[in-house]
Amino acid sequence: MDHDLTAGEMVPGDLTERVLRIIADNQRKEVSLVTTDSSFEELGIDSMDAVNIVFALENEFNVNVPDEEMKNIRSVRDIVEGVHKLVAAGPPTGPEKAAV
Amino acid sequence: MHRAVVTGIGVLCAIGRNLPEFREALREGRDGGGPINGDTGAEGWGLRFRTAAQVRDYLATDHFSAKEADMLDRFAQFAVVTAREAVVQSGLEWTPELRESTAIVTGSCIGGQTTEDRGFVEVYRRGRPRPHPMTIPKTMANAGASGISMEFGINGAAFTVATACSSSSHAIGLASGMVRSGMCPVAIAGGSEATFSPGILMAWESMRVVSPTVCRPFSRDRNGMMLGEGGAMLVIESLEHAEARGAKPLAEIAGVGMSSDAHHVTQPSAEGAARAITRALKDAGIGPEQVGYVNAHGTGTLVNDVTETRALHYALGEHATRLAVSSTKSMHGHTLGAAGAIESAAAILALREGFLPPTIHYNERAPECDLDYVPNQGREWDGEYAMSNSFAFGGLNAVLVLRRI
Repeated sequence: MDHDLTAGEMVPGDLTERVLRIIADNQRKEVSLVTTDSSFEELGIDSMDAVNIVFALENEFNVNVPDEEMKNIRSVRDIVEGVHKLVAAGPPTGPEKAAV
Repeated sequence: MHRAVVTGIGVLCAIGRNLPEFREALREGRDGGGPINGDTGAEGWGLRFRTAAQVRDYLATDHFSAKEADMLDRFAQFAVVTAREAVVQSGLEWTPELRESTAIVTGSCIGGQTTEDRGFVEVYRRGRPRPHPMTIPKTMANAGASGISMEFGINGAAFTVATACSSSSHAIGLASGMVRSGMCPVAIAGGSEATFSPGILMAWESMRVVSPTVCRPFSRDRNGMMLGEGGAMLVIESLEHAEARGAKPLAEIAGVGMSSDAHHVTQPSAEGAARAITRALKDAGIGPEQVGYVNAHGTGTLVNDVTETRALHYALGEHATRLAVSSTKSMHGHTLGAAGAIESAAAILALREGFLPPTIHYNERAPECDLDYVPNQGREWDGEYAMSNSFAFGGLNAVLVLRRI
């Protein structure tokens, strides 16, 4: 099932569900309480929580969220849409991890 | 009650290997930031930030025998090196009585975690059965205090305060309290930090509080802090003790204020910070209008600089807009547990030299940061009292009021 989030843009339902689950897990809330329309205030998400959630999403979806993008994240919807775009763009490129 | 005065200062950080170099760098507004040194092993990890205020060209063997250096993590070496400079300037002569009664109070946020990080790489990554046997004694946060005690043969009370970024302000506050109460005539107090190893850098990156460019405290376009390392130690003694031996006091630690926010582990509270400022002024017995300069906590993060500005408004009222506030972290970086000590040294220099160090890289006024931040250029100043602010993660605040003497 797909959720129609924004005019003309479809976000796959399973991706949305995975994002909502990660947000719920981070906030220690039942996943049923977290929807794309939930506000940060409703879920008690402060700036450090947002950093923690993005960290979990980066690991889950193998994406990199640049610092400047963090400033634009103000709602669950922003997170879902942002992850969708990053996943669609493919895995991150960057320096290889150093061999220690 | 005694009066606690500072008779010696030692500093080592990205903008100065000693107090005279530090003084010159503050006057010039020198940026201590540069590419992160490959020796830290941090290269190739894809860090989002590339610059830091490292102590460059530091060779442990310039200061210690190779064997001694093996026993001390870099942060503990910084503690000993700066204590040596402070003691030389103070002119203290070690008698058996003085060794018995002198206290040592150091601050460090992460202690020797760089040693620990390397040790754990050996185990987790290279599959070795155990890390180096010195991992524990080099990692312990009190290794700096222990190093100082062994350096001078000091047998008095010695301990370490670990309150994140307020560590060395708490240490200096406690030590001055011990001197004021008569518990000890002399104390060596300050802090040191050496932050640079891959695991620690990546942990900071993960928090997204480090600037990917440069540190611009209080500027509208600020985007985070610059990590730094280093140390500073003060010799603190009672005024009578200093006068009796003919030592010249550099400044008085006139007031100490401490508070806890009871609010949030990473988000600071203006009320909590204001409490510490107000208590420090009360302890010093002065009103807000007597403070001419604040060496701010001024990390350059979005949240700190607004909160600190608000705290100064709360605590100082209308006078907040009349005094000068600068963040020397723009130059020497955020040295975490060493910050309060390095910045107290900067505030004492401001009092003694009649010169305010600037906040460098300041571009543009931010709506919520509406004070005089001494942007980009230091300036002449004549004042009697300066304040040094430290506000730590965990909501633990320590503020020192320093008086020209």
